[in-house]
Amino acid sequence: MAAEARALRWWAMGLAILLVFTSQASLASDELDRVMAALAQRKHGHVTFTERKFIALLERPVESSGELLYDAPDRLEKRTLKPRAESLVLQAGVVSARRGRRTYVLDLHQYPQILPFIESIRATLAGDRVALERVFQLEFSGSFSDWTLELAPHDAQLAGTVRQIRIAGGQDRVHTVEIREADGDRSVLSIGTELSP
Amino acid sequence: MRPTRATAILLWVILIALAALVAARARYTADLSAFLPRSPSPAQRLLVQQLREGIASRLILAGIEGATPADRARASLELGRRLRATGLFVSVSNGEPVGLDRDRAVLFGNRYLLSPQVTAERFSVAGLHAALSDSIDLLASPAGLLAKSLLPRDPTGEMLAVLDELGEDHRPASTNGAWTSRDGQRALLVAQTRAAGSDTDGQELAVRTIRREFGSTPGSRGLRLEMSGPGVFSVAARATIKHEVLRLSILSTVLILLLLLIVYRSPRAVLLGFIPVASGALAGVAAVALGFGLVHGITLGFGVTLIGESVDYSIYLFIQSRHNPGGSRQQLGGGSRQQLGDSSWQRNLWPTIRLGVLTSIAGFASLLPSGFPGLAQLGLYSIAGLVTAALVTRWVLPELLPQNLHIRDTTPLGVAAAKALRRLHAPRLWLILVPILSGVVLYLHRDTVWNRELTALSPVSAHDQALDSRLRSDLGAPDPRYLIVVSGHDQESALQSAERVGRRLDPLAQDGSIDGYDSPTRYLPSQATQRARQAAIPATTELRERLQQALVGLPLRAERLEPFLQDAEAARTQALLTHDTLAGTSLATGVDALLLRDGERWSALLPLRVSDAFASAISRVQSTVSEAAPGDAVVLDIKGEADRLYSSYLSEVVRLSMAGFVAILVLLIAALRSVTRTVRVVAPLVLAVLTVAAGLVLLGHQLTILHLIGMLLIVAVGSNYALFFDRRSAEGHAGAVALTLASLLLANAATVVGFGVLAFSTVPVLSAMGSTVAPGALLALIFAALLAGDLPDTARA
Repeated sequence: MAAEARALRWWAMGLAILLVFTSQASLASDELDRVMAALAQRKHGHVTFTERKFIALLERPVESSGELLYDAPDRLEKRTLKPRAESLVLQAGVVSARRGRRTYVLDLHQYPQILPFIESIRATLAGDRVALERVFQLEFSGSFSDWTLELAPHDAQLAGTVRQIRIAGGQDRVHTVEIREADGDRSVLSIGTELSP
Repeated sequence: MRPTRATAILLWVILIALAALVAARARYTADLSAFLPRSPSPAQRLLVQQLREGIASRLILAGIEGATPADRARASLELGRRLRATGLFVSVSNGEPVGLDRDRAVLFGNRYLLSPQVTAERFSVAGLHAALSDSIDLLASPAGLLAKSLLPRDPTGEMLAVLDELGEDHRPASTNGAWTSRDGQRALLVAQTRAAGSDTDGQELAVRTIRREFGSTPGSRGLRLEMSGPGVFSVAARATIKHEVLRLSILSTVLILLLLLIVYRSPRAVLLGFIPVASGALAGVAAVALGFGLVHGITLGFGVTLIGESVDYSIYLFIQSRHNPGGSRQQLGGGSRQQLGDSSWQRNLWPTIRLGVLTSIAGFASLLPSGFPGLAQLGLYSIAGLVTAALVTRWVLPELLPQNLHIRDTTPLGVAAAKALRRLHAPRLWLILVPILSGVVLYLHRDTVWNRELTALSPVSAHDQALDSRLRSDLGAPDPRYLIVVSGHDQESALQSAERVGRRLDPLAQDGSIDGYDSPTRYLPSQATQRARQAAIPATTELRERLQQALVGLPLRAERLEPFLQDAEAARTQALLTHDTLAGTSLATGVDALLLRDGERWSALLPLRVSDAFASAISRVQSTVSEAAPGDAVVLDIKGEADRLYSSYLSEVVRLSMAGFVAILVLLIAALRSVTRTVRVVAPLVLAVLTVAAGLVLLGHQLTILHLIGMLLIVAVGSNYALFFDRRSAEGHAGAVALTLASLLLANAATVVGFGVLAFSTVPVLSAMGSTVAPGALLALIFAALLAGDLPDTARA
């Protein structure tokens, strides 16, 4: 079904964006290289998150929360617990989303717009800054202990949906990810406490 | 009154010309039709319809193997694009999103007619509040981006409800954009042909097109294409049968010709001897074409065997006429050759042959009333073929024999045979062991003697069946075993009944008794349901008011939802969804697969997804379904129904064979006017049948209908031998014993060659027949000779 595929595409997009920060990437300076190297060191992560979406349609932001799990090199799971349980798993290029009783599976190769996100992320996990820069214009600011990385897609079609991704963190930790959509809506995902390894 | 020579030949020429004309214009098939019942029960009718035309019969499953996953995916996608362009296929699915935009537009435009959530309660203030809260929650989820774009027009989430309803849970995984098997070793493609499964020509075109397009797809080098599916099978079966029938008839003809040539030493006699055979074969095909309108390939394959039997008549004529008193005989080369065309043959030998032909007819006639068209065709073919061959041998062949035709004297052959027999004769008591040993073997294997599954008849090889089940499990598309069939006098009533049944099934799906079900009403709800959904939507002013109240406490302003109010108002009066509205979408494919018209009746099919472990839930489904739509709904167990069908064939054939056997007995008693003589004729046949059955079982074969038919044939063929021996014994006439033996030996050898060749066929039904009759005929001759009483001394002959 078209709409179903579309929904999945959005999910995958969300996930792709998510990956950008969790895995962390090569940056624009020595500091960026340091941050990236530090991030690449991390093989496993399990944290809580809170996400707020600011949508023009709504008078106040909607909030969701849950857990994020990451296992090097290419498995990422976003487990939303509130307001309702659902999960999104990326493993080896395949996204599966579970909502209610249903599971959707999506092969990223079918969605060439998303593929660059994922592929560059995978490359980034291995410390490949070049791959990340193939898809995004990178802008690094701050220091190793307190940094901000701004990603802007090169691709016009991609930029038509997501204008900018802004990732803030310190050392090998990501603190927030802010996604700015082309229509002015945005979402802010804040990483909370570390859970058991 | 005996026809004059000219009339007999003229009649023969005319009839053969007519038969040739009919045979040339006949329709030949190799699909399942030979195995489907002629007068089915309602459940069987549906089964047959599904097998012949149902969506499952139109599916071609293909797997591409070899090279790298990327190569396979590229080849699959390219092949898919090429096949879609041919127009031969309703759909070609391989993971490529095709026509999704149109599907989506139709779904979105008709969401209020399609969504099962559209009820009056949902459009009450409380219902709207709940629906809107859900949608706002959804905005927070990863799917939020989609939900956001839909929200102003569809704040109650009907589009997602429709998608949920239609979602395919069992889609294969994809790699590089193409469907792939679970182990990742094959790219998968499913094509649905426009041609029905029973249209073998159409299926052949589809199969050939797929092969050709694959072969010319760039990058297909190093890749292998494997195909499966009912259409692929029937195409392959037809090709095999065609090829085998041709090969086997040529082979057995050549072998029999050689055999006769060695014995007769006269090419002309050999050729003349084949006149009754060819006439019989033609007459058989013509009779089947006239009687059934359609000749099945299997019937032709069976025709091969009749070569072996119908050639017997001319053998008897040529060899045995030598010793009839008063026959004009021309001795050549010191008495080693004899002249043929003896008219007294007709007085002395013809009655015995006639009785043999009649017993064969009695046997085959028992197949005519069979509900199994394959068998009925076989019966008719044999009767027409044998009668024609016998009549031609009796009335036409003698007239065609030139005065100077001679064959070698076969007396020495008969003398040698008689000697060998006499040596066996002394300890004849050992024969009593035959029925005892056979009986013991059959008794010990009594549970596994019969194969009771329909697949026993399938012309599909075990290798191909394994490929089929592998591709099916890769695709996650097992054969649906259970099907609820809901019928009505028109489309609307069938759909309404299907909706009633669906409402009763939902709780079973929820509590896990069944995994789920599909229904045409998901793609095309009944008009009544659509109207009810329209009626559930309030008019704009009312809806606006309720929306205001429903939004209290929610972070959404009513002004944002103006597009929703417009869409809802339009939905209240929009044209109802029909089959035409769906044309060209994958929804139409769904409806076509599940909604069938059969004359004046419409049937909605609801395939059940039931895991094997829960097959017991079927009885619950059954009672649920019959409550929901009494009299209109049945649960069809497809595999069970098919096996029941075969079981019924099997028991029918057992009954018919018994009837045939009894008919033969009655005929023999009437003709021989002696129970003792009848027993003497029948005993060797019974022994032969028992021995063959025991032998097959010992060799690990499971017996099928075709083996049973083979046994009937042993009786039919063997009765000729037994009758000749009986005639000799009864008449106490020793003179022609050697020649009788010689002719029987030759006739038997021809039969054994004809059926023996068939035993090597790769078509299971043909090889079953061959491996039964070839040894059976030989044994029948031996037993008949042994039981014939003491043979007169041939030295006096």
